[in-house]
Amino acid sequence: MDNWSWEIFWDAFPVVLEGLGITVGLTFACYLFALIFGFVWTFLRRIPFKPLNWIVTWVMEFIRSTPPLVQLFFIYFAWPMVPVVGMTLSPFASAVLGLGLHFSTYIGEVYRSGIEGVEKGQWEASRALNFSTSQKWLKVILPQAIPPTIPMLGNYLIIMFKEVPLASTIGVVGILHMANSYGAQYWAYLEPLTIVAILFLVLSYPSAILISKLEKRMNRRFNKNEALNSSKGATT
Amino acid sequence: MRGINITISVLIASAILGYLMAFVAGLCRLSSNIIIRKATGFYIEVFRGTSLIVQLFWLYYAVPMLFDIQLGSNWLVGVIAIALNYGAYMSEIVRGSILAVAKGQTEAATALNMSSFQRMRLIILPQAVRMMLPEFGNYLIQMLKATSLVYLIGMNDILYYGNILRSNDLSQAPTVYLLLLVFYFILALPIIWLTRKAEVISKKGVAS
Repeated sequence: MDNWSWEIFWDAFPVVLEGLGITVGLTFACYLFALIFGFVWTFLRRIPFKPLNWIVTWVMEFIRSTPPLVQLFFIYFAWPMVPVVGMTLSPFASAVLGLGLHFSTYIGEVYRSGIEGVEKGQWEASRALNFSTSQKWLKVILPQAIPPTIPMLGNYLIIMFKEVPLASTIGVVGILHMANSYGAQYWAYLEPLTIVAILFLVLSYPSAILISKLEKRMNRRFNKNEALNSSKGATT
Repeated sequence: MRGINITISVLIASAILGYLMAFVAGLCRLSSNIIIRKATGFYIEVFRGTSLIVQLFWLYYAVPMLFDIQLGSNWLVGVIAIALNYGAYMSEIVRGSILAVAKGQTEAATALNMSSFQRMRLIILPQAVRMMLPEFGNYLIQMLKATSLVYLIGMNDILYYGNILRSNDLSQAPTVYLLLLVFYFILALPIIWLTRKAEVISKKGVAS
């Protein structure tokens, strides 16, 4: 442990902390993108046209099973050269696009599981009440499908937070980038990288606990509702 | 495309080490000894709470400085980082699956006067492992994706050669990266297929 120096630790701390805003901002930007784009996947998969379904499923599988790092490189370096597009993206925007797209495939699956979790009777009831498609989705299905998925969505937020340092490879100045450049400047990687690890732990561990609490609470609530419904069904 | 052997060797080595780690940590979490339980819990939380890329850098740059040890090659660093990280994730699956085996099975084994080792090996694990299989397959794909990160600690994997090709001829960038993505996908296909198969196996013949 002789190489550890508290002096460097405290010197590097504010430098690394500067990048925190960008890391957290990027996390939320990617997350928002993934939340919105997840709907697109879910929607595309519901179109009752077999070949399209098949294509969408495989495209999702493709995005999901290839490394996000390569996808980032693809979007950052290759995207501007695709003839039709011809515009360069800032590192931040490519990171949002790359990571957001990668995780939207996961989020889409979460939505799907939520929608499939809505009981069949609810679909039939909204049909019996002559609801239009938009009424059916907005008033009956989605309000029931989304809340149970909230803990899962929260988990993906944490996972995403941990993937965001990948963006430092294409030059987004997050905490990892800060730590690496500090290390390169003073030839001291040990302390700044330790700070990064501590920051990640400090931010993600409490949120993980929070989410597992939320999950328990949700489970209780929905189970209670279910119990209530079934008892109602029994009495009437 | 050279460098494919590095990607595959890192994947295989870290998968083996990771599964081993998962079983060791998962069983330790269920140990009756509170010190072992807490220590493993600490390991799992640290590795799940920080991101793999940070751990990779930390093992590569910080650990040799901190403890004055050389981890040998960066191949080993990559394998250790991936294995420790995913070992931590998968240990939770091991733990969950073992806990999911019906309580009556444990009691029956105790009633048959089996030792706790026999009980685990003959009764619990055979039932728990098949529950773990689909998740293990999913994590194998995650590990495949993670192997691309070893490029960042200076290994000559396929991403490295891809980047060299790109810098040789900048207009080639779209083709090169698309090829890389397809390459990874081809590697992932058998795993996806195995995972689906594992799902079928894990459901077969299990009373629910």
